[in-house]
Formats: sequence, structure tokens, C-alpha cells
Amino acid sequence: MKIHEYQAKAILARYGVRVPRGEVAHTAAEARAAASSIGGAVVVKAQIHAGGRGKGGGVRLASGPDEAERIADEILGMMLVTHQTGPEGRRVGKVLIEEGLDIRNELYLGIVIDRQAGLPVLMASTEGGMDIEEVASTHPEKILKEWVSPGLGLQDFQARKLAFGLGLGGRVALDAARFMTALYGAFEDTDASLAEINPFLVTGDDRVYALDAKMNFDDNALARHPDIRELRDLDEEEPLEVEAARHGLNYIKLDGNVGCMVNGAGLAMATMDIIKLSGGNPANFLDVGGGANAEQVENAFRILLADAHVRAVLVNIFGGIMRCDVVATGVVAAARKLGVAVPVVVRLEGTNAAEAQRILGDSGLHFIVADGMADAARKVVAASEPGGDVG
Amino acid sequence: MSILVGKDTRLLVQGVTGREGTFHTGQAIEYGTNVVAGVTPGKGGRIHQGVPVFDSVAEARRATGANASAVFVPPAFAADAIMEAADAGVELVVCIAEGVPTFDMIRVMRFLEGRPTRLVGPNCPGIISPGRCKVGIMPGHIHREGPVGVVSRSGTLTYEAVGQLTARDIGQSTAVGIGGDPIIGTAFIDAIRLFEADPETEAIVMMGEIGGTAEEDAARFVRDHVRKPVVGFICGQTAPPGRRMGHAGAIIAGGQGTAAEKMKAMEDAGIRVVRSPADIGDAVRAVLG
Repeated sequence: MKIHEYQAKAILARYGVRVPRGEVAHTAAEARAAASSIGGAVVVKAQIHAGGRGKGGGVRLASGPDEAERIADEILGMMLVTHQTGPEGRRVGKVLIEEGLDIRNELYLGIVIDRQAGLPVLMASTEGGMDIEEVASTHPEKILKEWVSPGLGLQDFQARKLAFGLGLGGRVALDAARFMTALYGAFEDTDASLAEINPFLVTGDDRVYALDAKMNFDDNALARHPDIRELRDLDEEEPLEVEAARHGLNYIKLDGNVGCMVNGAGLAMATMDIIKLSGGNPANFLDVGGGANAEQVENAFRILLADAHVRAVLVNIFGGIMRCDVVATGVVAAARKLGVAVPVVVRLEGTNAAEAQRILGDSGLHFIVADGMADAARKVVAASEPGGDVG
Repeated sequence: MSILVGKDTRLLVQGVTGREGTFHTGQAIEYGTNVVAGVTPGKGGRIHQGVPVFDSVAEARRATGANASAVFVPPAFAADAIMEAADAGVELVVCIAEGVPTFDMIRVMRFLEGRPTRLVGPNCPGIISPGRCKVGIMPGHIHREGPVGVVSRSGTLTYEAVGQLTARDIGQSTAVGIGGDPIIGTAFIDAIRLFEADPETEAIVMMGEIGGTAEEDAARFVRDHVRKPVVGFICGQTAPPGRRMGHAGAIIAGGQGTAAEKMKAMEDAGIRVVRSPADIGDAVRAVLG
């Protein structure tokens, strides 16, 4: 799960990570009030779940309350386009008003889970403000790493090693080390999957700050962090994906026109792949899960048909514990109830597949039955083309 | 022969009295698996699905000589169950649960260091040695005994590959689902090493997916240490970067973990990589000659 910058900073501040003074504003008037109470020059920062906000014009400097109000008025409600939002951009619903700081040095700090090592790793780099993935590919030697043993936590010497490695010295180095320890504490304690401070700022008066902050959390651990779960902002998510999740379905919208409904994540990805190989374009990833019933199948149909681009649907089920006859019953019920207007190709294999074919055949509805994945992909791609089977 | 589970497996089921545990214990017994014990703390002393239930794994192991455990507890309790089994000295622990928090698994992996227990999973369908032993949730009837070892990060995609093999009269020595999470107990390399050493296995099918670098690591291992033919497939060739494709571990992050990179590494290692998931069965037939 992702959260906004202002939410990440509030969490980090609780763990002793130094962040600039700031307030979130939903209107230009609130922005003005926030700028007045902070005093002096402020930064107005658009709050959306995407990076690259500065380049897109979503982060701007204001000399005081008047300018802050004017800038907030421009930013609020705009469709902010960054390299992470796609061409349509993301609507800005709130801005963060923060104190302006005297920037001397911009560094980088990040914590992720290193899958290979099976441990969290704290990364530090002098290349602050840059895209760290680019630094990793062009100058990997500029990224310092310390792996952390959970339970033991980040040791002081590890934090000092990174701080000195960044070229810091004296009191600033020790301050930076304390900052890192606090950052790691927040990461482990909240079951985060990512904590990134970019830039990690050193000011002219030798203080360190999280100038920007990004945190993602392990979805599987949210049950033990109800306070974090509440920070979820549904405005930042694709409405169909939110709707699917509510029904226990795993749906990701893509930009093709062949809708797919599959059981299991691996088979669902493989189904997208074979559609593409057969000359078509998948409209979505949809995993109905291992224990789906007829109602789930109906929900899945409704969601994938809500995408107006869908020209044909492929149902690809390998029945294990999930019985094919149950799926077939659900498909028939959904087609009747929803009045499906696009061709539906059905491939059912595994447990009770023969019974499922009979249910489809006896329904009086027109389904295109497929034998195997290759046949299914070929048929659904043909059906999705102009002049293809119209059901 | 087979790998990991077979006729000598004496299985205990953790969470045996739960809904999933009850159902799959019944299925395992029906398949012919030697299920010797169940564990549900607080419910020891009763008989469930014809199997004696104990309060702890240690007690169950002492009384029955169980040497493998299938963990069917909910994800929030999975880490504790795995560590309990390891503490009792159980040689093989198979964790089916999907949704185990990543930090729980990090702690579990530290706990397992220096202990002889092998963990398979979590978030996996389990392991089956056709005709001998089934530890997991896969449908037994699609399998058949034979010479092909199958290892995969996915559940139903494994069934797909197995289905294609069985339809061509090609049986399996063992099919192992290693799981779709970012941190798992048994990696591709571990399973492939076991298949290479197993005299019954003549060819290996490995099915990977986007995310992480486990397939690249396995490819290097195959190049240097494996003489048996390997057929490979990677799903997620059309997955967009930055999106988690169902499995917690299936995400292209920071330009890493793409299907193209994995397929190239596997091809460079001499693995016969198929682009279409429908071609797995024919590719295996071809390498078996």
C-alpha cells in the first residue's frame, strides 16, 4: 500500500526522523493559513502517489502567504503529469505547505527488502534528488549498502559507516547516523516495504532533514497496523481495482481489448502472455482466486465488462480444488444476468471439466468452447477483431 | 525415487482441525499419503479425519515419528507454526498459506539458519510425488508417475504444465510449487539440485515469473551443474512494470525482474525456453527424445 508524502512524514516524525515543519491544505485558503503559521518562504507540494512531481510543476516555492495561496489555487485540481502517472496525469486534491530550508547538500537514503539476501537493506548515496534506479545502473559504486538483521535492528556502527561514507563529518555525521537509526526503526515497526528519503537534506546550519519521504507498506501485514490501513487514499487508485478488491478479486486494468478471467496469478499472467503472442492485447489481469464460487465469477464478469474497451472475453480455468462445473454455472448465470454483448471464449480443464462443458452446452447461450490455452487464445483474439464472432 | 516427499513421508498437518486443514487432510489420505498426526494447540487428544490430534508438534513427532509437516494455519500464525515444526526437528515443512507478512518470513529464515529443516513455501500449492505422496492443495488426479521434475512459483500454472505432460503420456517424478512470495524457503536452485541428483528424474521443467532474480540465479546453476535437459517458461512477459501481479513477489521494480532478462539468462544457460505456455508439453517431449 502506498501513502502520501505528508502521511509518511507524520509517521517518520513519530519515530524521531527530522522533517520540515508543514501542514496539509485542501483549499487555497487553508494553504494561505498554513503559510502564515509557518512563516517566511514556504514550499507548496502537490500530494499524489507518484514520483517526479517537481518536474511536472507540482512543487513550487512561495515567498509568503499571498504567493502560497495563489500557487495552491493553481495546483489544486490540476491534472499533474509525471513520468509515473501516465499521459492523463493524476488530479491533485491536496497540497503540503512546508517551511523553506537552506539547502547545502542533497543526499539519498532508502530502505527496501533485498529478496536475494532475505533481509532489509539500507542504501545511502551522495546522488540525492536523482532517480536512484538510474544511479544504480550507471554508478552502482555510488550506492552504499548495509544489511540489517531484524530484531537486532540497524546497529549504530552501521549507521555511522554510511554517514561517514556519504562524506559527512563531525556533529552532522552523528546526527545523520541517528536519523538513519530512527528511519530503520520506523521501517521495521510499521512493516514497510519501502522507505525512501530523496533528497536527504543537509542544511547550511548543519542539520539533516527528510526533504521528501516515500513509504510503501506490506499489504500482508496491514491487518496488524489498523492505523496505517486508514491512510489508504482510494482517490489515488483505479476504481475498478478498488471494486474488485472489495470482492476478493485481484484485478489490474491494462490497455488492451481482450478481457480475461483466470484462476491463479501465474496462470493469469501466462494467459495475458499467450493472448499477446496470438496477436491480441489483454485488457486486464484478473485472478479469481483458488476458492471462487459462482457469485465471485459473476462479480469478476461484471468488473471486467465495465471496461468499455473489452471486445471479447476469455475464461481460462484450470480446476483443482476449484471445480469447473461451479465456474461454468457462474459463467452461465453471469451471462444471463448481465446480458453479455461480447463473445465469450471458455476454456475449462481439470476437476469436473466434462460436467462443465455440459452446463455450458445446455445453457442455450452462445459460448465459444476452447480446448487448451493455444486454441483459447487464437479463438478469443479472432473474436476480438472487427467482424469477429459477435456472440 | 522422487524428491522431498515419497513413500517414506510420515506427514503431520498443522491446523488439521481448521476448514482448509480438514479438507486437504482428507484429500491427502485419499491420495494415499501416510498422514500420521495432526496438530491444533488446545485440541490434543481427539481423532480428526481418522488422525490423532496433538497439542504440539514436538509431542506429535515423539508419538508418531512424523518427518514432514503441512502448515494449514492462517497466514498471521504461519511463522509461528513453521518455527514450532523446525524446533521439533521436523525435516520438511510445507507452508501453503498466502499472505504471510514479509517481516515474519525474514525472521523465520533467520530462525531456520543452522537447523536441518527445509521449508517449502509459503504461498505455494505444495509438493506431490505422483502415485506416492501428496502434501498440498493440488488436484492429485491430473498427475501421473514418470520421469519429469516440475518446479514452479505458481499454483495453477503448475497444474497447466502437469496437465500438458499427462495428456502426452509423460509422467512426473515430483512437482514442487516453491511459492509466489518475495521470501521463500526453497529456491529454484534447491529444487533443481535435488532433481539433478534424483535417478528417476530425466528432465526438469522450471516455471518462473517476473520479479526478483531467482530465475537468473537458477540459470547460472543449471549452466554450471546440471546435465539433465531443462525446459523453462516465464510468465508475465506482458506485465506492466511497477504493478504487483497477484503474487506478492511478482513485480518488476527498478527495471529489475523482467521476463525478458530472465528468459535471456535461461537461454544463455542452455535451457530450452518456450515463449508460449501452451508449448511446455511439446518442448518436454522433444528434450526427452
